[in-house]
Amino acid sequence: MSQAFTKAMARNIFYGGSVFFFLLFLALTFDSEATFPERDNRQNITESVAMGKRLWEENNCIGCHTLLGEGAYFAPELGNAYKRLGGREGIMAFIMSRPKDGVPGRRSMPQFNFTQEELEALADFLKYVSEINTADWPPNIQG
Amino acid sequence: MQYKSQAVAKLYFIAAIGLFVGQILFGVILGLQYVIGDFLFPEIPFNVARMVHTNLLIVWLLFGFMGAAYYLVPEEAERELVSPGLAVLMFWVFLIAGALTILGYLLVPYSGLAQMTGNDLLPTMGREFLEQPTITKIGIVVVALAFLYNIGMTILSGRKTVVNLVLLIGLVGLAVFFLFSFYNPDNLVKDKYYWWWVVHLWVEGVWELILGSILAFVLIKTTGVDREVIEKWLYVIIAMTLITGIIGTGHHYYWIGTPDYWQWWGSVFSAMEPIPFFMMTVFAFNMVNRRRRNHPNKAAVLWALGTAVMAFLGAGVWGFLHTLAPVNYYTHGTQITAAHGHMAFYGAYVMIVLTMISYAMPMLRGRKAASSNRSQVLEMWSFWLMTVSMVFITLFLTGAGILQTYLQRYSDTPLPFMVVQEKIELFYWMREVAGVVFLIGLLVYIASFFVGTKEPEVVLEQTDA
Repeated sequence: MSQAFTKAMARNIFYGGSVFFFLLFLALTFDSEATFPERDNRQNITESVAMGKRLWEENNCIGCHTLLGEGAYFAPELGNAYKRLGGREGIMAFIMSRPKDGVPGRRSMPQFNFTQEELEALADFLKYVSEINTADWPPNIQG
Repeated sequence: MQYKSQAVAKLYFIAAIGLFVGQILFGVILGLQYVIGDFLFPEIPFNVARMVHTNLLIVWLLFGFMGAAYYLVPEEAERELVSPGLAVLMFWVFLIAGALTILGYLLVPYSGLAQMTGNDLLPTMGREFLEQPTITKIGIVVVALAFLYNIGMTILSGRKTVVNLVLLIGLVGLAVFFLFSFYNPDNLVKDKYYWWWVVHLWVEGVWELILGSILAFVLIKTTGVDREVIEKWLYVIIAMTLITGIIGTGHHYYWIGTPDYWQWWGSVFSAMEPIPFFMMTVFAFNMVNRRRRNHPNKAAVLWALGTAVMAFLGAGVWGFLHTLAPVNYYTHGTQITAAHGHMAFYGAYVMIVLTMISYAMPMLRGRKAASSNRSQVLEMWSFWLMTVSMVFITLFLTGAGILQTYLQRYSDTPLPFMVVQEKIELFYWMREVAGVVFLIGLLVYIASFFVGTKEPEVVLEQTDA
């Protein structure tokens, strides 16, 4: 790099640039927070939904599935599972149907032995997620 | 080795390599589960193996960063570490906490682990990469604080170099952004929004500062180029990293319930994220070409150049491939993401840690500057085996990802996820083969520490400046 461009100038660009863009990021974050209520479906976060989210976490569902495209890529996207599996009943039936010892040679979801209340909470959670405004993602029902 | 306390780095490096082996073993298991779906089921289901694979990666890279800091900070600050004893103590705390966590994943069902560790009190578990029990997360914070105290006090009371200051900023940032892992609201959109403050602001933010400063240190030592020149490059590179990378977080805010304008902010800024990586490549080759001396540790120089190239390819090129919002609409959460993740982590962070280990280990083991020729030749073989097989892992996953994107998302008759998975199985088999070659490369790497230990070290004649 040329001599006219000094180390002090490079340092100032680093500190100035980093601070400026971090502040801009914070400003965008404040603005995003203001728009969240219109998009994040918070009005439908019931106690059951919150319990469903906890179950989702405490059984590490993200270790195989994606949720709104984030997670592992071993099993189907679940952000739109409510629509794809046919609503709450479809979700609960699928979770209950999983064989304890898996399916020979194939991927299979474990049997978690959830109670009825837990199944309903998971279904409520996935219903809540399916109603978040995700800018029309995923492109189609297959997720 | 100029300072006695640098010796603590050796512990950290050995642990890092050991955990690296564990990470790759579980990687090979995961690859097999992709094609033989019931492999090890239900004893080690995919999600458990994946957790072990990714968490081991994070932990061993942290060991590597800490080891690198303990080695280079005293030399840069021109003084001993404030407390080598604290460094050793924290090593054992971190290793035991890490080992218990991994054992917990493997031996107890995850929901049981959540109950045992009181996840109800402060629920933080079950989110990708942040699966650790809350108590482990608190342990990480404690270790990080003790580490920062040790490194920070050494830096502040010694000679302040740009390498040290940039490293310190990176490490402080690492600790600060980790705190967002304790924020886990019921609102999924907010949960995801701030989850990225840990994940993205780590790997596409502050970790790059750590990467840059380690690379600068090794280049100063191995090329003999004037420190002023290298430090100027370092500032410019990390300036571009943060200028592009902070707003670049937006490329994760396209489809998770966040405002649509992030599609513009994220696309424009993250499209520029390859720039600092490209500069890093130019920088590394430039410094090596302008070297004032030939360093006898040729393996370390190879790793340093390799880091610059592979970080640019993995993070820069493969990141750009799917970062623009209209493209990401179709590729989001497919094997394309997996392809990018593998090469980016290997190229940027695995390789920089191995660069530092390669440079420092001969001195830590009592040599003057380098290992014997036989050891270095073997190490360079492992470099090529691991690097080339990682290129193939990435290419096969990219092939799988392009097909998946087309069949499941793009074609006129989209197919279900599992149907598509079966159709692209061939690519998963090829990826598994490449993964096994990677494991062989890693074993060769370990062997390189044990061959030619009694032979004299490489000595080079000095070339003219």
